Amino acid sequence: MNALAARRRHPAAIALLLMLALVVTGGLYAAFAPKPAAAAAVTADQVAQGKALFQANCASCHGLNGEGNEAEVGGELRSFGPSLVGAGAAAVHFQMETGRMPLANPGVQAQRVSKIKFEQEEIDSIAAWVATLGPGPARPDEEWLDWEGSGDAGRGGTIYRSNCAMCHSSAGAGGALTRGKYAPSLEGVEPVHIYEAMLTGPQNMPVFNDTNLTPEDKRDVIAYVKQMHAVGNPGGLGLGGFGPAAEALFAWVFGLSIMIGTAVWLGQKGA
Amino acid sequence: MADPTNPTPDADRPDSAGEYTEADYTRDLSTAVSLDGDVVGTGGLPERFEDPGLPPHQPRMSDLDEAAATRAERQVATLFGISIIGTLGFLVAYFAVPVESRMFFPGLGSTVSTSNFLLGVTMGLSLLGIGAGAVHWAKTLMPDEEAVEERHPMRSEEDDRAQFGEIMLGGAEDAGLTRRPLLKYAMGGALGLFALPMVVQVVGSLGPLDRPWRRLEHTFWDGEEGPDGTREFTRPRLVRDPQNTPIRPEEVTIGSAYHVQPEGLFDLDPHHQLEAKAKASVLLMRLHPDDFVSEKARDWGYEGIVAYSKICTHVGCPVGLYEQHTHHLLCPCHQSTFDVTDDCKVIFGPAKRPLPQLKITVDDEGYLVADQPFEEPVGPSYWERERR
Repeated sequence: MNALAARRRHPAAIALLLMLALVVTGGLYAAFAPKPAAAAAVTADQVAQGKALFQANCASCHGLNGEGNEAEVGGELRSFGPSLVGAGAAAVHFQMETGRMPLANPGVQAQRVSKIKFEQEEIDSIAAWVATLGPGPARPDEEWLDWEGSGDAGRGGTIYRSNCAMCHSSAGAGGALTRGKYAPSLEGVEPVHIYEAMLTGPQNMPVFNDTNLTPEDKRDVIAYVKQMHAVGNPGGLGLGGFGPAAEALFAWVFGLSIMIGTAVWLGQKGA
Repeated sequence: MADPTNPTPDADRPDSAGEYTEADYTRDLSTAVSLDGDVVGTGGLPERFEDPGLPPHQPRMSDLDEAAATRAERQVATLFGISIIGTLGFLVAYFAVPVESRMFFPGLGSTVSTSNFLLGVTMGLSLLGIGAGAVHWAKTLMPDEEAVEERHPMRSEEDDRAQFGEIMLGGAEDAGLTRRPLLKYAMGGALGLFALPMVVQVVGSLGPLDRPWRRLEHTFWDGEEGPDGTREFTRPRLVRDPQNTPIRPEEVTIGSAYHVQPEGLFDLDPHHQLEAKAKASVLLMRLHPDDFVSEKARDWGYEGIVAYSKICTHVGCPVGLYEQHTHHLLCPCHQSTFDVTDDCKVIFGPAKRPLPQLKITVDDEGYLVADQPFEEPVGPSYWERERR
């Protein structure tokens, strides 16, 4: 202790202290900084396999190196496939696991397809390769998908009604957007895909990143959506959950024809 | 009357022995009619249309055949019986079926509330049975002879009218209305004034009486309304709806949409909070700065982050359907579409004015704040809008 105290004014002490401070700060940062992508599980082989799969299946639209594909058509610059730099593993998982990518046919928006043509392992490796193109959102931790265990559906409901209900409807049934686009129904969507959709903003959906809706917020929203659909529709015929337009049509077609039929029956002579 | 184009023996007509005569065909015809190729009638309009009278009475099956009448009786009784069963079933379902239980019904899914379903069906049967039974009874068994009741003048007889007048005037005389006019005016005044509270309530509930448009001119972004009606603008922070947390510009990545309220709005009591929210709601979006067509949109925003009123200028629905690639903002009520890159001008639908933009900047601590309140009243138009 005495020796240390005696040498505290040594010219090397300041350099040593600086070194120590840098090491501690760096170590703390490495320990607590947000991790981009689940990098630990990714191997070089996987990335290489992902790149090969990408170039075989995705490159015609997104470019050989995921740089996107833009071309001039009639003097107008049109994008045939966006750049995937910074798209992140979460976007690849969402698009491919719901069958939206590879795009079956070009239209106003990619549609959910029930038959997935890729193995989970292949999707994982393509996601691993796309994640190397630039920092982007990674797959969410299991902790934030445990809506049954720790999700607060009541809190999720208030967030859902402010942030999601305008497009996906208060019943989670989806709804129309401009020019043929639509917000899809949320019924039966995997929790991880709801999370990744919020995180990446697929198609024309706005991005709700983890600073806008925190992972807790997202988990609560998932809990709300899942519980809403689990409770179901105790009233009977939901008419698609589309609201007053569908209900009015039903009332006009069925209610009015029953009333007219009854009026005709009442007015008929007995003989 | 019997259809002349389909001659059938008519038992009610004494002159008819099952055959129609030439007179039958021409009797009531006003225009020329072709019957089996022969044209009958004159083709002109008659001087006046004769009252055709009642059509001949057609006896019903149950009038002619006692067995048919008994059958109808049983049908009516069955319909009433269905109603009785429905009512009893309703009572049973009400007490026996727990509210939580769910059942499957084809076409309605597997989460149909058993209680709701049974209560609805049994109540429907009990009402329908009574109605259908009554109608069937009336149509098969109750007398159905056609009858005519002539109208008579509404005016009473002269004698009755004179007598009524005498009674009324005599009553007024006895009550002292003519001798003591003060009573007449006092009672008239009391009854007349009594109507005023009703009128005041109806008129008062139409809105504030003192310059009602003032309530529409300001939002919570101007500051909270003080007791003297003034507001002090304090550059409120933008906070997330409903989390009530301030927002840093670096958190708003490109393509993001934030639903925003002014700081302090969530501290209001629920009633005033809802009222303030209906005017102050804002949608915050970030676009690439090069995407903007309008210079003002860029200047009033912060590094491509722009904030627009979420209240539609058509009839005030929340315009929240933002498409991050087309930069269209769609109102779900009437499909008004606004172009975020071009000052939120209307590109489709019934709205007539662009959405008002909220000028934003960043405060000393790096949070997004409103640099000035909305420059124009938000939401739908009203007569005094231009007066501000």
